[in-house]
Amino acid sequence: MRRVVTLYRSSVGKKVIMAVTGVVWVGFVVAHMVGNLKAFQGAEKIDHYGEFLREMGAPVFGHGQLLWVLRIGLLVTIVVHVLAATQLTLMSWRARPVSYKVAPHMELSYASRTMRWGGVIIGLFVIYHLMHFTVGNVHPDFEPGGVHHNLVVGFRSWPVALVYIVAMGALAVHLYHGVWSMFQTLGINHPKYNRYRRPLAAVLAAAVFVGFVSVPIGVLAGAIQ
Amino acid sequence: MRIALHVWRQVNAGARGGFERYDVPGITEHMSFLEMLDVVNERLVEQGKEPIAFEHDCREGICGSCGMVINGEPHGPVRRVTACQLHMRSFADGDEIWLEPWRARAFPVLKDLVVDRSALDRIIQAGGYISVRAGSAPDANAILIPKRNADMAFDAATCIGCGACVAACPNGSAMLFSAAKIAHLAAIPQGEPERFRRAYQMVAQMDAEGFGSCTNHGACEVACPKEISIDFIATLNRDLVRAELGWGAER
Repeated sequence: MRRVVTLYRSSVGKKVIMAVTGVVWVGFVVAHMVGNLKAFQGAEKIDHYGEFLREMGAPVFGHGQLLWVLRIGLLVTIVVHVLAATQLTLMSWRARPVSYKVAPHMELSYASRTMRWGGVIIGLFVIYHLMHFTVGNVHPDFEPGGVHHNLVVGFRSWPVALVYIVAMGALAVHLYHGVWSMFQTLGINHPKYNRYRRPLAAVLAAAVFVGFVSVPIGVLAGAIQ
Repeated sequence: MRIALHVWRQVNAGARGGFERYDVPGITEHMSFLEMLDVVNERLVEQGKEPIAFEHDCREGICGSCGMVINGEPHGPVRRVTACQLHMRSFADGDEIWLEPWRARAFPVLKDLVVDRSALDRIIQAGGYISVRAGSAPDANAILIPKRNADMAFDAATCIGCGACVAACPNGSAMLFSAAKIAHLAAIPQGEPERFRRAYQMVAQMDAEGFGSCTNHGACEVACPKEISIDFIATLNRDLVRAELGWGAER
């Protein structure tokens, strides 16, 4: 643990910790996306899946206990991820007190330029998303445990569906640069395999985007009722 | 050809600087960029004005002395060349050219386009060396190493320490420079024993100098006149983790 703390002190160490916490969230996002696809199998399947998430870990864990353990784990990792990102951003802003008159137009990708504020947008979206589908206080007709009902009613409003689609676009862009960055930061490089890293990040980002937006689009198109 | 220059003029490190415009007629396309500046300076001296200060030494692209941001690009619009190897034929008659010094907190402006790059030297002093005498050239040839390692070390060793990577980086990070030095020495047997301590110490110095943090934009790689690859940054990251977590040799 002492070594992890000293690692955190260096700029590279903070990035390593961002990469590791990022991997945790990539795992969560992929699992969440795969779970969402059950919406296409009807109300019974996805409601049952929702119940499974609360029941999993039984009989060692009681109702909802393991889910809370995982939620707390996710919360801790995202707090560390955001904290490290904030500290590194401030460090980088301090590193160039006088900016250029003619802005360097080096080849920065849209994804890499939007990591910071894109991350903030995703964070705000997650708060809205939890209020919408988990707590239910911004949902017009929230039923605890009625996963299928909640998402169909929620996504029937096209502005809400649009917000979800745009947010998933932001997430995909964040993942595209984030996953590639993760390889780079954890030093996962080899002359033979380096050329697969960007395509892998692109495929993952695209899969997450398509998987997530298929549900609101499915509701609007009437495929999920 | 006739061009217009907008040059950052700053009397000294403590002074406030600003841009000044110079109308420059009578330039030929065969002049190098620095020769064009020489002509401008001669004219300024003739007028009894202070010439534009800029750094230069070998003027053949191997020393790393020259460097300025030309129209938003470190070393100018041509890839893989330093400012001294840039020629006026890369510009058009009537062009407006903006000249700025490297901008970074770790590179304070000394005068006009000259910045203090001692921070890079201090990163080298922190670990960019081999502590024992490694012998002379014949001794190096006596130790056989795979061609791939030799090539990798050489690719990294082509870094001339000009600082264009820092200048190009939106974060003002010196990761490409540090990575080139760390990867260069790590790829050869003479540098291997101190590999992890070196990574640890050089990164600590880099942070202490006030450079920013790498976000893998890749702007440095594009700006680098020696085409140093950001793959070396991954090597630096891996070595640092191994140094910090104690998987490598003691740091």
